[in-house]
Amino acid sequence: MKQLTAATRARYFRRQLVNRVMGGLCIAAAGVGLILLALILWMLFSNGLAGLTLDTFTKPMSQPGSGGGLANAIIGSLLQVGVGAMIGAPLGMMVGVYLSEVGKESRFASIVRFVNDILLSAPSVLIGLFVYQIAVLPFGGFSGVAGSIALALIAMPIVARTTEDILRLVPQAYRDGAIALGSRENEVVGKVVLPAAFGGILTGILLAIARIAGETAPLLFTSLGNDIWSTDMTQPMASLPMAIVRYSNTPYPEWVALAWTGAMLITVGVLVLNIASRFSYAAVAGKQGG
Amino acid sequence: MVAGMTIDTQQPAARTPRTTPMAAPTVTATSAAAAPTLIRLEHINAFYGQKQALFDVNLDIPDNTVTAFIGASGCGKSTLLRCLNRMNDTIPSARVEGAIRMDGTDINSPAIDPVQVRTRIGMVFQKPNPFPMSIYDNIAYGPRTHKLHGSKADLDELVEKSLRRAALWDEVKDRLNKSGLGLSGGQQQRLVIARTLAVSPAVILMDEPCSALDPIATAHIEALIDQLREHTCIVIVTHSMAQAARVSQRTAFFHMGKLIESGPTDQIFTMPKLDQTQDYITGRFG
Repeated sequence: MKQLTAATRARYFRRQLVNRVMGGLCIAAAGVGLILLALILWMLFSNGLAGLTLDTFTKPMSQPGSGGGLANAIIGSLLQVGVGAMIGAPLGMMVGVYLSEVGKESRFASIVRFVNDILLSAPSVLIGLFVYQIAVLPFGGFSGVAGSIALALIAMPIVARTTEDILRLVPQAYRDGAIALGSRENEVVGKVVLPAAFGGILTGILLAIARIAGETAPLLFTSLGNDIWSTDMTQPMASLPMAIVRYSNTPYPEWVALAWTGAMLITVGVLVLNIASRFSYAAVAGKQGG
Repeated sequence: MVAGMTIDTQQPAARTPRTTPMAAPTVTATSAAAAPTLIRLEHINAFYGQKQALFDVNLDIPDNTVTAFIGASGCGKSTLLRCLNRMNDTIPSARVEGAIRMDGTDINSPAIDPVQVRTRIGMVFQKPNPFPMSIYDNIAYGPRTHKLHGSKADLDELVEKSLRRAALWDEVKDRLNKSGLGLSGGQQQRLVIARTLAVSPAVILMDEPCSALDPIATAHIEALIDQLREHTCIVIVTHSMAQAARVSQRTAFFHMGKLIESGPTDQIFTMPKLDQTQDYITGRFG
């Protein structure tokens, strides 16, 4: 150590200083993010829990002062998100399988991948307007089905992207092994590649569902919203995000409280889905990994 | 050493195989010579895009024999191995010309479905690649794909038989429902061999099957290869000269995409006809 020159020692301390300052900045940035998240959650839960009663789940929306709940919005959201995921997830998976296993680097696959990326970042209000043109105007009215189609169009590119990414992580050695045993392309994908990637794909689907559960803009022009109890998907349909938009902008404290409760319910739902996706991934990985 | 020097100083004629008994290998050499040709390679040229990887390879591969492909990296030995089960078909830029005759059929012909070729010619890869599923399902994969079994009991029996032939049954019989990925490297390689055996291939191709294994696991696989030869034709690519000498009865030496010399292993290793082969085998190779 005593051999160090003054210049070397200065450089040594400068490197150590830069390292500490940078490390400190990273921790500070993470801290800011965490604090903001905690504040949002605290505000959400403290306001949301205040309006949460049994009526929230049992009674549909109604006039201020008449003790309404959010039951129709909850069921509306479940139906639209459920149908939307049932349309969007399989389509997205098929696109992902095509991109990773069939099209690969071909010209057409590159175009599909590019278009999918655009769709992934398209403003959701645009998707709402598009579905308004193809599924609302021609059929003479707003409907839950139209809402589901809009949500499916948002979920599809997400699932396609995650499916492709996950399938590309499946080692080529599995494919080679299956091919060498005399499997056809569809058997390689169906019996070896997809099962190996199942946990990851399921995670992608759950995250896409979490994303569309909170979407408002695409429903604005499609399912519109509805104050009465309805499970008829050919008619306008309530949803939690639409109920929040409608209730939060009013002078009635009761409605504002319900809007907070609705926001909390969506957040809790998304949280549950995220946790479920982690567990599903771990469960599948554990079963395969021995 | 003395014998080697004698050969070098004498006339070239002395290099032709002699009738001198050579201890243990004699038996295998005799049986290898008796084995009929199973696969005949005729004028094989292989290309990756513009680059030619194999030049006019002609070779007979006998049944019930271990044939070793040796040569430096990039000499084309793995490419040739992958020609035999049409694995090169999966690489879009690859093209293979020439005929590969097996039972009188040219299995390299575009008219022949590569999937059918691969059910008769199995392959074991450099890195053990069990599927991420149970040991049982790994073995049952081929029979299920090709509907080779009748009842569930048939399949159980086939799985056990395949694991026994791969000398793995005793180690895994109590954990058939556990993942194949939980096994050690050497066990995984035997699992993969058992998976290949389950479809009863006539030929098993092995692409450096021991290069990812420790010496003990390697010894297991080599002993297994010797047993399998009884019912199967085996072609093995190896970088280890010692392994080629231990497990094979016939050896083919490749250099820069050309088949330089082939013949009984003991002859290739003790009395190669060409200096190029001798240089490679003795490690004097650039």
